[in-house]
Amino acid sequence: MRAGQSLRGSELRRMEGSRFNTGQLLLVISTIILVITVVLPVAMIVYNVFFYNWSFDWSLFASMLTDPDNLAAMWNTVKISFFVTTLGTVVGLFFAWLIGRSDIPLKGLMKSLFVIPYMFPPFIGAMAWGLLLAPRAGYINKMFMALTGGRTPLFNINTLAGIVFVELCYYFPFVFIQVSGALERMDPTLEESARIAGANQLTVIRRITMPLVVPAIAAGAMLILISSLSHFGVPAILGFSNGIFTLPTKIYELIYRASGSFEGIRQGASLSILLVAVVVLALALQRRVLRTGRYDIIRGKSMRPMLIKLRGWKAPLLAVCFVFLIVTVILPLFTIFGVGFLKAYGVPMKLANMTLNNFKYVLFESRMARDAIRNSFFLSITSAVITMLVGTMIAYVIVKIQPRGKGVLEVLGILPYSIPGIVLAVGVILTWSGAFYLNLYNTIWIILIAYIARYMAFSMKSASASLEQVHDSLEEASRTCGASHFESLLDVTLPLIRPGMVAGFFLIFLPAMRELTTSLLLYGPFTRTMGVAIYSINEEGYTVQACALAGVAIIIIVIGELILRFVTRERRGQ
Amino acid sequence: MAEVRLDRITVQYGKKTAIEDFSLHVRDGECLTLLGPSPCGKTTVLRAIAGLTKLCSGEVTIGSRVVASRDRKIFIPPEKRNVGVVFQDYAVWPHMTVEANVLYPLKKRNVPRKEAKEQVNDVLRQVRMADYAARLPFQLSGGQQQRVALARALVASQDVVILDEPLTNLDANLREEMRFEIKRLQNETGITVIYVTHDQDIALVISDRIAVMDKTGSIRQLGAPEELCGNPADSFVYRFLGLSNFIPVEIVDGEMWVRDIAGAGGGADTEPTSFPYPVPAGMHNRQFYAACRPMDIAMSRDGADGGAATCGTCGTCWTHGTCGTHGTHGPGETRESLRGRVARVIYLGNIYEYRVRVGGIEIRVQQDSHEAFKGSTFCEGDVCALSIKDIRYYEDVEEVS
Ligand SMILES: Nc1ncnc2c1ncn2[C@@H]1O[C@H](COP(=O)(O)OP(=O)(O)OP(=O)(O)O)[C@@H](O)[C@H]1O
Ligand SMILES: [Mg+2]
Repeated sequence: MRAGQSLRGSELRRMEGSRFNTGQLLLVISTIILVITVVLPVAMIVYNVFFYNWSFDWSLFASMLTDPDNLAAMWNTVKISFFVTTLGTVVGLFFAWLIGRSDIPLKGLMKSLFVIPYMFPPFIGAMAWGLLLAPRAGYINKMFMALTGGRTPLFNINTLAGIVFVELCYYFPFVFIQVSGALERMDPTLEESARIAGANQLTVIRRITMPLVVPAIAAGAMLILISSLSHFGVPAILGFSNGIFTLPTKIYELIYRASGSFEGIRQGASLSILLVAVVVLALALQRRVLRTGRYDIIRGKSMRPMLIKLRGWKAPLLAVCFVFLIVTVILPLFTIFGVGFLKAYGVPMKLANMTLNNFKYVLFESRMARDAIRNSFFLSITSAVITMLVGTMIAYVIVKIQPRGKGVLEVLGILPYSIPGIVLAVGVILTWSGAFYLNLYNTIWIILIAYIARYMAFSMKSASASLEQVHDSLEEASRTCGASHFESLLDVTLPLIRPGMVAGFFLIFLPAMRELTTSLLLYGPFTRTMGVAIYSINEEGYTVQACALAGVAIIIIVIGELILRFVTRERRGQ
Repeated sequence: MAEVRLDRITVQYGKKTAIEDFSLHVRDGECLTLLGPSPCGKTTVLRAIAGLTKLCSGEVTIGSRVVASRDRKIFIPPEKRNVGVVFQDYAVWPHMTVEANVLYPLKKRNVPRKEAKEQVNDVLRQVRMADYAARLPFQLSGGQQQRVALARALVASQDVVILDEPLTNLDANLREEMRFEIKRLQNETGITVIYVTHDQDIALVISDRIAVMDKTGSIRQLGAPEELCGNPADSFVYRFLGLSNFIPVEIVDGEMWVRDIAGAGGGADTEPTSFPYPVPAGMHNRQFYAACRPMDIAMSRDGADGGAATCGTCGTCWTHGTCGTHGTHGPGETRESLRGRVARVIYLGNIYEYRVRVGGIEIRVQQDSHEAFKGSTFCEGDVCALSIKDIRYYEDVEEVS
């Protein structure tokens, strides 16, 4: 008798008596991590708003709720996200349909161009649009006034409409990507058979195509809604100067104005609760409006879809696409780099006025900018690695081990999705600045913790998706071949999900590189991130340097995005 | 080489009980097949043996070692049980080459590299996959992947190998070849094989013994293939082992008649049809079923070659074994035929299948095409006489699934 039979007594006893196996261990660790990173900050917010000196105190929340300034901010938040969500859905749907179901030329090119705004950090876009359309100094407005000889600008970007416009440019891809995917996966024979059965083109779209893509629209619209409700960068850059506040920017302002005093943080926490309530309410409302069943028909390999002939509309619609792309992508990009090369803000964009000094300054001379780049790299890489590993572990527990109580893990994991970054930041401040004998305030670790909490849901989702591809029997087969649970994880499961993990890394690394909201509340004198540095250099009026640093950030993000594409393409090829 | 004992095991998935109080003894070195409809818990039994599922009660013993026992709080994990498994979906690791897949169990057992390589080459040759050693699984067909899984299981254990429907994805020729291959490997190595399938043809060829399970997961009969075929314990086993006819009959006046099942009979056929065979002993009820295989029924136009439908001496038609002129024919001396009308003819390649309407029921009859062509084939509407070999009687008929 071999191997297995010659068990030592202690080993046998351990196995016989073991009630605590690898699976349960992973479950406990996962729960602890999620409780510390996600639940604790939220609990601390609630506690600090409603309790004062260990007794229930409702007065702060009530006074915050009745303040007209705060109500105005709430109203602005609702208005902005309503318009961004509706318009963004329409725009995304329109382009997705045009590219997926019509015979418009240059599809491949346009498909990759239309997702570019998705990578573009919205606050950098807001900066660019501020440079172009600020009421007096904006380049376009100046040009317009010079042409008309008047004093009225073409468009004032520092308004609600301006904020809606800029957010729209960067959030419509959510719907575009979701719907394009659904159209690609949809079985075109469904449409064909309806056509054969005698339905005309409009009926087919209304009765067959729409019901099938509605779930995708709902998913994309939900992402836009959550993102715009909790968005900070665009209203902060375009709204502050004109006294326009949203809930996230108001929270920031309250805490910033109180310069870190506890009272200011408590006020910010109260508004945070209000913001979360608005998010939850909006989500519930939207779910009612777009109630969707499950459509299993969106499945299967795509064949040649039925394309709608545009005929005479082809040229005008193509022009619309290109104008849209120029406005959302080329123009802001051109502005950021153009201004980044200028000797001073305001001088005309001529070659004679160009210089490399700003880039030299942010890359080599400014201690602050260099620190920021280094910090961002450190934070993004570290948080991406930790989050990816922990997220994979939690996903493994949920998908493969399936213990009792995995539902709790799932809920905890997706909780940060609906918690705005600014709220998370407030919670992290309340939790990690001494409340539990550990004061991380002003250190880089507090930002790291916030990033981990913020991106855990991303990584859990991507890891779950790749783990579901790995059939249970693959791991079981290696168990019967003599590998322990841990060994089979190492030899079979991990290699199989490695491409997914690499993709997951970049899915966290890239947003973390352009993160602004949480870092802005959490940074200390030496822990600025790239987003914070761009924001504060810009606020201090050093526009050209801010643009140069923004240009550097964009280049880094584009390179990361290209690597991500390369990685996911390789996976698809297998 | 090891025997496997399952002692009153129960397995539940959540609240659902997959198998209950299941006992089975697999002898050392035999090939035992678990045969049963889908899903009766075959895979669950196999998972309990391999250690991939925990027991709710009962005990599993492999060789002399108790590997799982709820009462004694023993659970030996799968990697220590030394059981090779071929999974229903092959479970060949897609990121390893064929060779690496088969090498893996040896690596886990720390077999020296050179020795391991030789062993892998041997077993790959045995399953005829030696030429594909460097390939990745996605470059293989389903059947080839199954053979890789088989090779891996054979390497993983020299004691017990469990195969879960391993031949279902092979084409007919390869399936034939593989089942003899498995048999040969088993004879050579003396390994204990537990084979899981719902295909009785494979089971009959490959097994030393077969355990027939019903849909509740309990064993209806356990025995050698000959035993099962020669003496099925009940109608379920009879039905599961091959195509079958169940003819409802009843005893009236000491003779058997084909019972007219309500609604099944045609209006014209209401006159009672005799079932001209000796009344079996030991039936409790007046009504029961006569079972036979379609291949065991001979068909003729006048009954001439299946025994006589006419009196051999005078040629006149007789009924109920009595010829008016020659008196009563003794039992066994003549075989009277069942008369019917061909309702449908189906050509199945090497077989002709007829649906013959007898009284109110339809009987399936199969004839070897070769034989059928030598005589003459029947057409729909023809009147014919059936004579049945090897009839068994059962009190009732159970649905198989
Ligand atoms: N992981 C599981 N969770 C819940 N129920 C399960 C699970 N695995 C099996 N079952 C249930 O247990 C019963 C027995 O399943 P099992 O897989 O053992 O059947 P089987 O005889 O192998 O079927 P088949 O011939 O289709 O492979 C089925 O009713 C099945 O639905
Ligand atoms: Mg099965």
